[in-house]
Amino acid sequence: MSTENTSAQSAAEKKGSIARFIEGTELDTRMLGMVAALFVIWIGFDIASGIIRPGAGLLGGTFLTPRNLWTLLVQTSPIAVMTTGMVLVIVMRHIDLSVGSMLSLVAVAGAVLQVFILAPAIGVGHPIIWIAAIIACLALGALVGAFNGFLTAYGKIPAFIVTLGGLIAYSGVAFLLARGVTVAPLDKSFKLIGGNIPASWLGPFWSWVLAIVACLLIVFAVVNGRAQRKRFHFPLRPVWAEASLIAIGSVAVIGTTWVINSYPWPFGLIRDYALENNLTIPAGVENRAGDAICMAGDKIVRCTEGLIFYAGYAVPVLIVLAVGIVMSFIASRTRFGRYVYSIGGNPEAAELAGINTKLMTVKVFALMGLLVGVSAIILSARLDAATNALGQLSELYVIAAAVIGGTSLAGGVGTIYGALLGALMMQSIQSGMGLLNLEAAFQNIVVGVVLVIAVFLDQLYRRRIK
Amino acid sequence: MANIETVNEVNAADAQAANVPLVDIKDVSIAFGGIKAVDHASVDLFPGEVVALLGHNGAGKSTLIKILSGAYPRDSGQIFVRGEEAEISNPRDAKAYGIETIYQTLALADNVDAAANLFLGRELMTRWGTLDDTAMEAEARKVMGRLNPNFKRFKEPVSSLSGGQRQSVAIARAILFNARILIMDEPTAALGPQETAQVGELIKQLKKDGIGIFLISHDIEDVFDLCDRLAVMKNGQMVGSAKVGDVTKDEVLGMIILGKCPPGATPGPGALDE
Ligand SMILES: Nc1ncnc2c1ncn2[C@@H]1O[C@H](COP(=O)(O)OP(=O)(O)OP(=O)(O)O)[C@@H](O)[C@H]1O
Ligand SMILES: [Mg+2]
Repeated sequence: MSTENTSAQSAAEKKGSIARFIEGTELDTRMLGMVAALFVIWIGFDIASGIIRPGAGLLGGTFLTPRNLWTLLVQTSPIAVMTTGMVLVIVMRHIDLSVGSMLSLVAVAGAVLQVFILAPAIGVGHPIIWIAAIIACLALGALVGAFNGFLTAYGKIPAFIVTLGGLIAYSGVAFLLARGVTVAPLDKSFKLIGGNIPASWLGPFWSWVLAIVACLLIVFAVVNGRAQRKRFHFPLRPVWAEASLIAIGSVAVIGTTWVINSYPWPFGLIRDYALENNLTIPAGVENRAGDAICMAGDKIVRCTEGLIFYAGYAVPVLIVLAVGIVMSFIASRTRFGRYVYSIGGNPEAAELAGINTKLMTVKVFALMGLLVGVSAIILSARLDAATNALGQLSELYVIAAAVIGGTSLAGGVGTIYGALLGALMMQSIQSGMGLLNLEAAFQNIVVGVVLVIAVFLDQLYRRRIK
Repeated sequence: MANIETVNEVNAADAQAANVPLVDIKDVSIAFGGIKAVDHASVDLFPGEVVALLGHNGAGKSTLIKILSGAYPRDSGQIFVRGEEAEISNPRDAKAYGIETIYQTLALADNVDAAANLFLGRELMTRWGTLDDTAMEAEARKVMGRLNPNFKRFKEPVSSLSGGQRQSVAIARAILFNARILIMDEPTAALGPQETAQVGELIKQLKKDGIGIFLISHDIEDVFDLCDRLAVMKNGQMVGSAKVGDVTKDEVLGMIILGKCPPGATPGPGALDE
């Protein structure tokens, strides 16, 4: 017994500490690679942007600043939400090319409902308006998605064709609905979901509360998982590995929250808020680099010390968090998710096992549509308007994010967290290039190249672990 | 001669105990395009009996049992389960009748692990309506321990398992849910000698429990060792069926290759006219 132990230990020691760490914690090496790549991209952009215009970033640029990272998260939200649905669609060996057009359609329909139908009927600002608009957007999205799924499953038309038709047709419907104009302004409460007004920010206190709750949940998940395995006498992870998992998770949560809570409201918003609420603004010395406000004589100016508010998590980011958790839960803990993956692995086997694969196809497309509805709400609320151009081409970014995040187009393989990381990576590249003032045409080239390289690296990775 | 008499006596006793066949497939046909894959085939199965389905490659054995398991809709014919006509139009229906199948292609979802495959379509759930993966893994460890004690790779997707290990998973899945009628389409094709012997033991055990088994096999030795009766197909038609004791191995080969029905067998529509 003891000799066996020591020989196993020496074998493990030979492997090097990193390999041992990964093995013990059972962390997904592919995900670790993605996180590393993301950090490399961020660092690269911070350094590069610093060369153009020095800023307050970690490495002297303008990328690794709370402001940019905060915006990055908010901008990623609509794509991130849809990507979680696209993962399941692709895992089931289908594709949905129509999400961009569906988004325009849903957003325009929601806006028309608010601006042209409900507001005149029951009065601007009536609380029914935003509730009805949200329900309508979600329902319409789910319905259009289910229609895609129905044609695919029962009409036996390949999803590629069904949704290619949808890509063209749904944007046509959106155009007719809006008659080509911008439908605005949207309901005041509805706008909160967009996350670009202070009322839709959680603020530092509640953001910290959220972070602490998240950390406790991580601890609970690890401890509970261990108890379960113990109960059935399954092999356990070493205690140090469990502790590392808790530590890594908590550091990530706390770090993100710290960054999010360091983003101060823009100058104009603090001033307006202070004036509206009759807050006393302390006197101080003007400093154009500061984020707070103060009184220099009778003028309100920027300064380093003074009245300041921090944003905390914005509503769209909270929605992504919620959607990410729910979708991960669906994918890994429910029968529905298990069927999606099994069908993707072998559709015939799933059918022979008694799974109603056709109904599953309809459900997965309906879920995709529902998430498009969520994104349509976020995006139109953020813009405080809807046009038929909203969401155009987002299908490409959504699919690219899912694929970069490790979803295999051959079906059966893909994770929600991977896709969320993929979405963050796509958006990071786009925002980063924006900071570098690169032309849109050049940005497109880079995004395209990144997509192809990511899939190539993924193939290499998969061949190596086989 | 004395031999035949004893067999008849045993048969009479069997018929007393269970004179209603567990499964009675009557005059079933299916065609794919122009190919009559199964052409007016009939075969029955009694509780505790193992019936071998034999035939050359492409004879229609797999297609016939896939009709029984609900994988293919038949063009004509009837299926009776315990004397009552059965409505089997999809795999769910067949499972509801206690029909479990080990497919020749194994029909495993390659990207999920052994436990997920064992319980595919019949997952164990926790109180909160979520998948109970731990309980499923525990059950999987139990049943796999019986079939293939060396099997340890419970966490990996089944695509990374060996052919024999995959076959063990498919067999385990079929016996996990108290099948009354078990269909085994070449269950030991990829198994090593030890695992094959284990499956043989398993078949004998299941037989004792009163389960009826259709066994498709190309191995005449195995058939004579494990089965009570055999039915031979050729070009989608039944050549004939016989009790294992009533025919010789050479006669069975003659049925498979030439379609010639020996005197000890009951001829079917596919028998060669003499
Ligand atoms: N899904 C299908 N579509 C078209 N033809 C089929 C299909 N399934 C089977 N066939 C045809 O039906 C015939 C019978 O095939 P089947 O698989 O039942 O043979 P088998 O007796 O099981 O052969 P083997 O011993 O090789 O497994 C073959 O000619 C085959 O080509
Ligand atoms: Mg076959």
